[in-house]
Amino acid sequence: MPDLNTILRERILVLDGAMGTMLQRHKFGEADFRGERFRDWPQPLQGNNDLLSLTQPEAVAGVHRLYLEAGADIVSTNTFSSTAVGMADYGMESLVGDLNRAAARLARREADAMTARTPDKPRFVAGSIGPTNKTASMSPDVNDPGYRAISFEALKADYREQVDALLEGGVDLLLVETVFDTLNAKAALFAIEEAKEARGLDTPVMVSGTITDASGRTLSGQTAEAFLISISHATLLSVGLNCALGASQLVPYLEVLASRADTAISAHPNAGLPNAFGAYDQGPAQMAGQIREYLEKGLVNIVGGCCGTTPDHIKAIAELVKEFEPRAIPNSKKVKG
Amino acid sequence: MTQRASRYLKLAGLEPLVVTPESNFINVGERTNVAGSRLFLRLVKEGNFEEALEIARNQVEGGAQILDVNMDDGLIEGKQAMVTFLNLLMAEPDIARVPIMIDSSKWEIIEAGLQVVQGKCVVNSISLKEGEAVFLEQAKKIRRYGAAVIVMAFDEAGQADTYERRIAIAQRSYRLLTEKVAFPPEDIIFDLNIFPVATGMEEHRRNAVDFIEATRWVRDNLPYCSVSGGVSNVSFSFRGNNTVREAMHSAFLYHAIKAGMNMGIVNPAMLEVYDDIPEPLLTYVEDVLLDRKADATERLLEYAETVQGKQKERSADLSWREEPLQDRITRALVKGIDQYIEQDVEEARQAAAQPIEVIEGALMTGMNVVGDLFGSGKMFLPQVVKSARVMKKAVAYLTPYIEEANAISGGGHAAGRVLLATVKGDVHDIGKNIVSVVLACNNYHIVDLGVMVPPERILEKAREERVDIIGLSGLITPSLDEMVHLAKEMQRQQFTLPLLIGGATTSKAHTAVKIDPEYASAVVYVPDASRAVTVVGDLLQAERSEGYKRALKEEYNTFRSKFRQRARAKDYLSLAEARANKLRLDWKPEAIPVPRQLGVQVLETLDLRKLEPLIDWTPFFRSWDLHGKFPGILEDEVVGAQATQLHKDAREMLRQLIRDHSLTARAVFGLFPANTVGDDDIEIRRPEGATARFLTLRQQGDKRDGVPNLALADFIAPAETGIQDYMGCFCVSAGFGAKELAGKYEQELDDYHSIMVKALADRLAEAAAEYLHREVRIRYWGYAPGETFDNQALISEAYAGIRPAPGYPACPDHLEKQTIWEVLDVAGSIGVELTESLAMWPAASVSGYYFAHPRARYFGLGKIMRDQLEDYARRRGIPVSEAERWLSPNLAEMS
Repeated sequence: MPDLNTILRERILVLDGAMGTMLQRHKFGEADFRGERFRDWPQPLQGNNDLLSLTQPEAVAGVHRLYLEAGADIVSTNTFSSTAVGMADYGMESLVGDLNRAAARLARREADAMTARTPDKPRFVAGSIGPTNKTASMSPDVNDPGYRAISFEALKADYREQVDALLEGGVDLLLVETVFDTLNAKAALFAIEEAKEARGLDTPVMVSGTITDASGRTLSGQTAEAFLISISHATLLSVGLNCALGASQLVPYLEVLASRADTAISAHPNAGLPNAFGAYDQGPAQMAGQIREYLEKGLVNIVGGCCGTTPDHIKAIAELVKEFEPRAIPNSKKVKG
Repeated sequence: MTQRASRYLKLAGLEPLVVTPESNFINVGERTNVAGSRLFLRLVKEGNFEEALEIARNQVEGGAQILDVNMDDGLIEGKQAMVTFLNLLMAEPDIARVPIMIDSSKWEIIEAGLQVVQGKCVVNSISLKEGEAVFLEQAKKIRRYGAAVIVMAFDEAGQADTYERRIAIAQRSYRLLTEKVAFPPEDIIFDLNIFPVATGMEEHRRNAVDFIEATRWVRDNLPYCSVSGGVSNVSFSFRGNNTVREAMHSAFLYHAIKAGMNMGIVNPAMLEVYDDIPEPLLTYVEDVLLDRKADATERLLEYAETVQGKQKERSADLSWREEPLQDRITRALVKGIDQYIEQDVEEARQAAAQPIEVIEGALMTGMNVVGDLFGSGKMFLPQVVKSARVMKKAVAYLTPYIEEANAISGGGHAAGRVLLATVKGDVHDIGKNIVSVVLACNNYHIVDLGVMVPPERILEKAREERVDIIGLSGLITPSLDEMVHLAKEMQRQQFTLPLLIGGATTSKAHTAVKIDPEYASAVVYVPDASRAVTVVGDLLQAERSEGYKRALKEEYNTFRSKFRQRARAKDYLSLAEARANKLRLDWKPEAIPVPRQLGVQVLETLDLRKLEPLIDWTPFFRSWDLHGKFPGILEDEVVGAQATQLHKDAREMLRQLIRDHSLTARAVFGLFPANTVGDDDIEIRRPEGATARFLTLRQQGDKRDGVPNLALADFIAPAETGIQDYMGCFCVSAGFGAKELAGKYEQELDDYHSIMVKALADRLAEAAAEYLHREVRIRYWGYAPGETFDNQALISEAYAGIRPAPGYPACPDHLEKQTIWEVLDVAGSIGVELTESLAMWPAASVSGYYFAHPRARYFGLGKIMRDQLEDYARRRGIPVSEAERWLSPNLAEMS
């Protein structure tokens, strides 16, 4: 199978869309979330989407299948919150290994099945690594700016556990996404480097930050360029942006990254901005229309969707990218070090 | 490893720092280094991180592009201090924008620092001192944390002190790093050891030249790396002789930078401009640095003695009086010298066709220089106010001539007409007066209506005087509503004049959310006096004005919607829930000190001499737009000279006030039996037996577990405990005489001293509050008879008990002042009155409560919900709408 670096130089790769939006369509109740295995679990479990990889695996696999059929080259695992700190709300810290392995295997199975159907278009599995619900460089208490709810060491340990399980589950690459605090991302990258070293692997890594508002900064206050510099020590397949904003609003920040990064560039925006009821209502054609600007300007190598996007959105994007050449990646010669 | 497209050293705080061959020398700030700053060391030892942060802020504001943080001191728990300081620093966006240099000789401190900073740092430093294994292990970790590194020219055999050793260690380090752990060469910075020269020791002769040559070799032979160093070391032999040291530093840098040194620690205050180093000093210094002559050291030493302390004996230099007329006038304005201005203006008048031309010509030329210097941050507010004094004196001298000429021809013209007023019910005008002076300096005609100006009068005068802009000022919270009211009135009466909003309680948020929507024309929040000139200029400039006004409207509109989104995101508790989470102190009768003297007492005159040492100077400087903590501000690189001058002038005036008894300070206070009743009210028993009730408000923000929702009532024992508790209240004023004195200076066209009197009266009132509080603790209540705090500890409130003031964060309810006034008969006993907005008059007054419980502390009420507002209105016995008017700044926005 040709490796990602080679394919990235030939065409623009398509990442999948939202997992949560699709799972919500099943309208699972508390009992569905629990399944047999967690029937007697002491805490309420409804809303723990990552748990569905264990209790409703076919629903999760179904979402992957729809995205693959829509034309996604990369599907990301249903593990956005599958760290010990993320699972603490449900008392499920001990299940982190199971959750990540199961989710990785589901995605692996569907991706391989699709690769077998379309051998000229191999499909890949990205292990999704979210930011967690704690920030390592900001205080949650305005009256106590020096306080931190989590330490680097604790985050690193939690990420290491997740990364190990994702790798065991057979992911092709790792996707550190929705980075709102760069220090959290640095802890994840530290854990990834350690895990790769321990396993003798060279798994590619994507990092995707989140610009939260029109100030052009991450939640922790960095500009797009400062964010890029702060994560560039890791060996990365791509750097990019996702979530928070719609496709059009990301353009100026993607331009900053695209002009300065020597890796591939990724973008998976939301389906527009949420409306007054918190729903995303940008349709596939409209979103693809906005993404066209990325392609015309040669800004990206990998593109997909975040909150509110569906297989229809991905299908529209997959159709669109065929017309365009990928952005030229400055770091074109890969040297083993 | 991957091949980089551009191999430059790239660092990041919140913002990037990319070091390219075109970059100027990168200046590393070192005052946040316990070895580099005694003040910083002391603050860290005391745990006073707040002030320590101010040092960091000053460094960044002063131009440091990287902040070196070092906590290596025997008496400091270094790891903890590093983490605490960096965590706090990360919460200050204007400091955290620059990258951090984590500086320690202990690896565990470095690693702890790397774990709390999101940006790309520099580690200072690692070396081969303990061998290759440790060196590589640390480098690998640094790489994994994503930092650049300073490598010291140090190996197993010791520190490199020759050219050969420097380059040998640099080369070996470089090879190990790039080949063994794939360290990117652009992330390597060599510190090649700057050692002193002219020490008299033969082996030190080549210290500077070896460094410079080694730097050249490293930059030529080890691609992409940087070279750094601490410059002040080189001149160590000449401690105490700044003339020589400054010359040495710049000559050294001149040569080292040419050789490739591209960053370092340099104190900008200890640097002469290379081109300004006089001969023969430059030759002597370079002879030493470059080791050009056998007797170079002797010659420099000899010469150094002749310049020793020379700079201290500069006497008043009057040579400028020989210069052309315009230069003299400009100099008088820039330096604030009023001694010769009338003489010079007379000379100009005789040369001019019309007297007005002197103002429009020579004087405005001079004031434009002042304006430019102020605008570019090279002059500071106190200097500008002094310039204004000279200007006013000149104008006053010319006025009779101009009037005479006008009688023949017609009037002169100003750049624009600005009406300024402190709104109804408010008496504070220091900020407004400063704005008035600054605008007048820029040739605006000012219509100053003074304080407590009712809205009708403002609008009437605006029409009558055909002004171009209205500016409103206010300090107390009810003034905010007054401003909203005025905006509504302006809209109703179809005004289109721009409206400026300023004063201590005003904010961009309040302006955007509450005032801007009421008025269709431009509304601008002006955060400080220095901003006023630009804002007014933009508003009145014909070409830019419309675009600027539109941009303002949009900006405030966006700000408003964001603010509302944020406000919604916050969680609040119901009043019942908040009360359930009150602070529950463990009440024991024996732990409650009984006041030695209950009832009300009046102190007719407080001795100003006793108040002087208790003055907290920091806010005094702030009222002049000089920001920084006292006394550090006196040595500040940027504003230090101005702050020192201002402080000197202020103390001079203070001595005069004390001598003349021209200001009087008075106090009244009372101590009463008290208990909390209901949840949030405190009932006190007055000596004659009647009771009075203080109403307190409770925090409703959703707190972290274990953090209570406070009300001041929590600090007094509840009635149901059956335990008798006590509290007090007070009013002090140092403002008697201030208005008259300031008025006298105003008549003399001396705004500098007029503003000074008011600013000093404010500080004396605060000092009086501090003094009275101590007297109460030691004497009248006597719960801390043995208390011995020094003045600094008093100012930083190290003692037990608090004195929160109505109208401030713990109890924003101004209506409480009415209760205090009634209980103490404040108006009758010391003559301090309340205005309709419940501001105190004279303005330099402070009132508040006393709480003695050791766990009583200041807090901010934050926002309250409607349920508390309604409950409060019921307790107060007023309609909800009236309560809402008083508490609106604290009412949470509901969606």
